[in-house]
Amino acid sequence: MSILVFSDASNSKLKKSILESVYFAKQIASKNNSKVLVLLYKGNDESKQQLTQAGADKIINITNEVQGMADFSVTARLIKKYVLSENIKDVVLPFDLQGRAVSSYLAGLLNCGIVSGVIQLTDISNDVYKFKKNVFSGKAIATISISGDKKIITLLPNSIQIQLNSAHSSEVIDIEEKDTFPTKIKIKSVEKNTTAGNIPLPEAELVVSGGRGLKGPENWGIIEDLAKALGAATACSRPVADSHWRPHHEHVGQTGLTIRPNLYIAIGISGAIQHLAGVSGSKTIVVINTDKDAPFFKAADYGIVGDAFEVVPKLTEAIKKFKETHHQ
Amino acid sequence: MKILVAIAQVPDTTAKISFTDNNTKFNATGVQFIVNPYDEWYALVRALEIKEAGLAEKVSVIHVGLSDADATIRKALALGADDSFRIDTEPTDAYFVAQQLAQFVKNNPYDLILLGKETISYNGGITAGILAGLLDYPFISSVNKLEVSGNIITAHQDIEGGYQVVECSLPAVISANKGMAEQRIPNMKGIMAARTKPLNVIPAYPVNTPVQYESFELSQGRVACKFIDPNNVEELVNLLHTEAKVI
Ligand SMILES: Cc1cc2nc3c(=O)[nH]c(=O)nc-3n(C[C@H](O)[C@H](O)[C@H](O)COP(=O)(O)OP(=O)(O)OC[C@H]3O[C@@H](n4cnc5c(N)ncnc54)[C@H](O)[C@@H]3O)c2cc1C
Ligand SMILES: Nc1ncnc2c1ncn2[C@@H]1O[C@H](COP(=O)(O)O)[C@@H](O)[C@H]1O
Repeated sequence: MSILVFSDASNSKLKKSILESVYFAKQIASKNNSKVLVLLYKGNDESKQQLTQAGADKIINITNEVQGMADFSVTARLIKKYVLSENIKDVVLPFDLQGRAVSSYLAGLLNCGIVSGVIQLTDISNDVYKFKKNVFSGKAIATISISGDKKIITLLPNSIQIQLNSAHSSEVIDIEEKDTFPTKIKIKSVEKNTTAGNIPLPEAELVVSGGRGLKGPENWGIIEDLAKALGAATACSRPVADSHWRPHHEHVGQTGLTIRPNLYIAIGISGAIQHLAGVSGSKTIVVINTDKDAPFFKAADYGIVGDAFEVVPKLTEAIKKFKETHHQ
Repeated sequence: MKILVAIAQVPDTTAKISFTDNNTKFNATGVQFIVNPYDEWYALVRALEIKEAGLAEKVSVIHVGLSDADATIRKALALGADDSFRIDTEPTDAYFVAQQLAQFVKNNPYDLILLGKETISYNGGITAGILAGLLDYPFISSVNKLEVSGNIITAHQDIEGGYQVVECSLPAVISANKGMAEQRIPNMKGIMAARTKPLNVIPAYPVNTPVQYESFELSQGRVACKFIDPNNVEELVNLLHTEAKVI
């Protein structure tokens, strides 16, 4: 019996969240004596090595282009085929845009239970697994159990620490996928979002975010400069996106993206509960605000009470100096 | 064309979260419930716009839940939905809800089925996909723009780093993200009309659920914020490096 992780390497190098999923699958596998199988799509030697070090016991690498993979239900049908042919009991995917859509469609196709966005494995006994996941937009954590002979689990990115094991080895098989999978969806075009530093917000480890306190879109230069100095992505509060100061895909919070970077710097954002819902999982939060009573300070690790237009340029300079002396 | 919008009931965004029965149940005492924002602001409003443009003849809403949700369903009717259905059972988890919805759709066909991207309560983000998989319908996840032309829909679907423009024939399942429509406020006329619109209660379909919420705990808040002198930002940089270890 194996646990399957699907890894799409067709566009770029492997995402950290895929390695986390493999490592997480390995944690489950080691508790119930099973193996980790990675179904890799268009991988190369480097991706095979990384997946092995993260815990893959076997890698099936599909070398050719499978028609229609931009339709997530096609990806789900492809995975279903291997779930049935390779004696798979569980499937682990990252809880990102692709992983959510693929995992849920797959659960429907396989008619099995699914737990999404888990942050921790707490217990395995017989065929019942227990996990923790965030609920109520991060205000609480639930313990959730799942049973059945097949289970689908998605892992919230950036919620576990992984260790690569360079001594681990795996069996690697390159194959050509001959089957085609039906799709009714036609892709007309693909549009890229351009974020300031070109770092996609959902995966960013460092994020600099601005709110209405910045007064207008013309003032975003100080946010972008700080982000650039740090190598961070940029984000914003909802009214900022609603007034078209910044693009909608930068909006974080309950009705926008939920992110949990290592560092979130909130500048001129009051810290309304709906904003916090999208960022409170961040490891470290820094708040810069003129109002010492701004609610965000209650959710922050470090705070500066001061005017963004004075503090932020100084901070950018200090970061640049720090980077120079630390040769990063 | 007929449109079905699945709506979840969630605590108001500012509600204080607590648990009862030895931390096994959400404590609903004193909590205001609303229609899940994705379902109401984006999915339902877009469905109504499509109908108002003469492209659909009917918009129904459906909820899986007990009678305590009837007031929430009426809010959706007040916005302009024509009729509503409630499948009378505790909505235990996403798979269970999707199964109930799938059985309903098999017995009552709809062309376009809209759900929210996720509920702000349990944050699953999976009900729409499971439903589509169970029905074997095309599925377009996280849509921020939706147009209808005859039997063909065109959608902007969020993907990593951007969006793709996709076209699909109906029937199809769509999950709605921000951007698909602008929030509306119900008016007095709508609220009055909602009182007499149909709210059909349907018995639950027999379905097993493999997933169970066992217990809850409140997230730990942060230890007190460390304040740093605005004239000494170097100290912040130093703390981020040596103490927080994030740079
Ligand atoms: C159902 C619902 C869902 C919502 N979803 C979201 C969501 O997903 N995301 C979201 O962000 N919001 C959301 N909101 C809105 C939210 O309630 C707040 O209104 C919003 O977050 C406020 O944005 P802000 O902090 O940028 O602006 P404000 O609240 O206006 O705060 C601006 C802050 O800037 C400070 N400031 C002013 N000048 C300066 C200066 N020169 N330097 C430094 N600081 C300065 C002020 O002291 C103030 O704290 C939602 C609301 C509802 C009802
Ligand atoms: N009890 C329910 N009844 C009807 N629809 C629901 C219910 N729960 C969830 N949904 C729909 O499924 C979407 C996603 O929910 P979830 O997968 O739980 O995040 C919601 O936005 C609703 O459209």
